[in-house]
Amino acid sequence: MRTLYRPIAIGLVTLAFSVVVLNRVQAGDGHFFAPVADPVVREECGSCHLAFAPSMLPARSWERMMGELDKHFGDNASIDAVTAEKITRYLVANAGDAGGQRYGSKLLKGVAMGASPQRITELPKWRSEHRKVPDWEWRHKDVRTKANCVACHTAAEQGYYDE
Amino acid sequence: MRNILVVTSGFIAMLLGTGAFAGPREDLLAQYAAAAKTTGFSAARGQTLHNQTFSGGKPNTPSCTTCHGKDARSAGLALTGKAIEPVAVSAAPTRYTDPAKVEKWFKRNCTEVLGRECTPQEKGDWLTFVIGQ
Repeated sequence: MRTLYRPIAIGLVTLAFSVVVLNRVQAGDGHFFAPVADPVVREECGSCHLAFAPSMLPARSWERMMGELDKHFGDNASIDAVTAEKITRYLVANAGDAGGQRYGSKLLKGVAMGASPQRITELPKWRSEHRKVPDWEWRHKDVRTKANCVACHTAAEQGYYDE
Repeated sequence: MRNILVVTSGFIAMLLGTGAFAGPREDLLAQYAAAAKTTGFSAARGQTLHNQTFSGGKPNTPSCTTCHGKDARSAGLALTGKAIEPVAVSAAPTRYTDPAKVEKWFKRNCTEVLGRECTPQEKGDWLTFVIGQ
């Protein structure tokens, strides 16, 4: 009987180790945000700008944004109701707080409960992560706007936001 | 039985034949022509429209070329910093083959640049211009 303890213990240690490693890989140290997988969402939300990962904002932010597409950061980005409904469902289901988690993604830390922020670049965590980026870099002709993630994060379309 | 087969396959061949001649772009042009009650579109007029500066739309997008660039065969750049496929069909062969998408972007871009929707005549001229580029 005693001889059984060792393999079980080794098994458990291996399992625990794998879980830790896999979690880190999945979370990418907090720098991985699963890109939009739905082709309709990618087309409709990704023609003018990067199709931002739904996990970067809470569900209530996406609901508000999809209800105000006629005033979308200064543009009228209205689309037909059926498509809008489909996109909203996808964004909400994959939002940063989907499944009842308060901070599905670390990026949502510090966002007040009930608040529905619209700009990812105004999230407290986004700001602190980018605090060292000098002003001239934001004004660079290849950057233009803080919403142009791919200018610096070259693999942003694949979901990776490491330096 | 055999006769029916021959007739049917002949009919299908005819359908396929006409389909090969009239692609989605030609269908769109035909629709615009019918709506504009015109028989001809002009690539030159389309080019003028493309390069013209308007004041009725949004101040930061006074012209098609603001985002699409001056060369129709080169990629454009949206104000967000995202690249836009060239408008010229020679440089982007799959363009304008989805009529709903064409209409969606005419509506959106004309409103932003001209401050109104484009007329069927303008759409036909512009489409003729980029198809010929």
